[in-house]
Amino acid sequence: MYRQGKYQIVSKKALAKGIFDIEVCCPEIAAEAQAGQFAQIAAEGFFLRRPISICEINGDRGTIRFVFEVRGGGTEKLSQLNTGDLIDIIAPLGNGFKYADGGKAVCVGGGIGVPPMLGIAQLYGKNATSICGFRNASAAILQDDFEKAGCKTLLCTDDGSAGIKGFVTDALKQEIESEKPDIIYACGPMPMLKAVANIAEENGIECEVSLEQRMACGVGACLVCACLTVKDGKQIHSHVCKDGPVFDSKEVVFGE
Amino acid sequence: MSDLKVTVAGVQFKNPVIPASGTFGYGREYEQFYPLSKLGGISVKGTTLERREGNPAPRVAETPSGMLNSVGLQNGGADKFINYELPNLSTKNTRIIANIAGATIEDCATLASMLNGTAVDMIELNISCPNVKHGGAAFGTCCDTAAQITAQVKKATDKPLMVKLSPNVTDIAEIAKAVEAAGADALSLINTVLGMRINIKTRRPILKNNVGGLSGPAVFPIAVRMVWQVYNAVKIPIIGMGGIASAEDAIEMMMAGAAAVQVGAAIFADPFAPLKIIDGMDKWCDENGVKSISEIVGTVKPW
Repeated sequence: MYRQGKYQIVSKKALAKGIFDIEVCCPEIAAEAQAGQFAQIAAEGFFLRRPISICEINGDRGTIRFVFEVRGGGTEKLSQLNTGDLIDIIAPLGNGFKYADGGKAVCVGGGIGVPPMLGIAQLYGKNATSICGFRNASAAILQDDFEKAGCKTLLCTDDGSAGIKGFVTDALKQEIESEKPDIIYACGPMPMLKAVANIAEENGIECEVSLEQRMACGVGACLVCACLTVKDGKQIHSHVCKDGPVFDSKEVVFGE
Repeated sequence: MSDLKVTVAGVQFKNPVIPASGTFGYGREYEQFYPLSKLGGISVKGTTLERREGNPAPRVAETPSGMLNSVGLQNGGADKFINYELPNLSTKNTRIIANIAGATIEDCATLASMLNGTAVDMIELNISCPNVKHGGAAFGTCCDTAAQITAQVKKATDKPLMVKLSPNVTDIAEIAKAVEAAGADALSLINTVLGMRINIKTRRPILKNNVGGLSGPAVFPIAVRMVWQVYNAVKIPIIGMGGIASAEDAIEMMMAGAAAVQVGAAIFADPFAPLKIIDGMDKWCDENGVKSISEIVGTVKPW
């Protein structure tokens, strides 16, 4: 059930330069939302809503947490909202990650692709390994949250200023060698997703990826958020908002 | 409570507010927000004879007070519409406008004839889609081809035929007159206005199709002007659209000459926009002593 309403922001923090963390009190959305789903958030003065993934769902508190990056005027406007302000949300939207109880998971996030990994990592707790990649130490976010969830937490930075120097894909290969997971979840830039999907396939591991695309309606009506997928051997245009944002990596055409 | 009923080409709508083609799918998604029976009708996603994959992404770019799209008529084809969408939609107690498009006159006529005997209340022939290379706007920008396709589809259908006009023409009244003379029962306008945005960092157009159709409040004054020009040029009824986002906008469009309105991009910002417009029109009628909304059609008093 899609819901639209104005809900109160109960906390707001800056996590890193241009990265903001808001917690919104919306009990009826929190009760239905699943890790990997997203919300369409209205930014005052802008015509279209901004699709923002759900970072964390807290059913007890009745809250949803969003961690987003300022990319343009709309997200900048959202970043100016404060605790106590109302925020206009449509949620929960799209398909979340498939959770396999009792399995072992690796959650791979790159940059602003890290926040959607937290909710699914929390479900697995100690049965999850999080592998998060950032440019450098000052861009790294949410590592405490993954640790608090009980995950084995691996941090990678491009310049080695925190954690392991190198790509998340190198850490993923090592992790698979030491203990093969049942499933890999990933969100981040397309080249990263393509590399993760290849590693998963080479090792015969199921893999789900969360995609991003410019959207308008967010509910599957307008068809602007097309992505190329394979169904029954044929390439077709699916839609990130309704068919995704989470896809089986084998269905996604990653391109060059 | 005033009377919001309107009649367009013999089809009675319980109110004049209809979600526009391409902005509402086949209603399934928005039914999660409210019952579709509250709407005057639904103009469904543009349907072609065969399934179409549409254009590559990105297909949307935000603009001041609006948006560009280049979807390119992605749809599941006529069979899927008739066998899967229509049986569901026909139980929703709202008028169904089938928006049809095609690359050739024959395709459009075949598609129209396939809808004979179905629950469709009215056909909206799209001769104005700016996002497909063949057909679409090519028919709608020339009086002769617009008249030819109208005449052929009219011959093939037993439904009232409404023709959707493009604003990307020099004189929309001329096209409207040609389509009326060819047998159209109603007109709908405007489709989107051809536009373009460029990312100045990459020097690439934001849309993969380079150009796309502009909609939203940005085009509203253009739409009002064109509806008014066409209203003064033809006798058949007009369904007006283009940037309507409020009850006041809808009333303005009707005063310009629209017998009913379609609401499009506004739904993306607010899924409840059509219902708010219906309620707002009702209230406006009460406050202004208007007993029936159709009294206001074309009542603008030009200087």
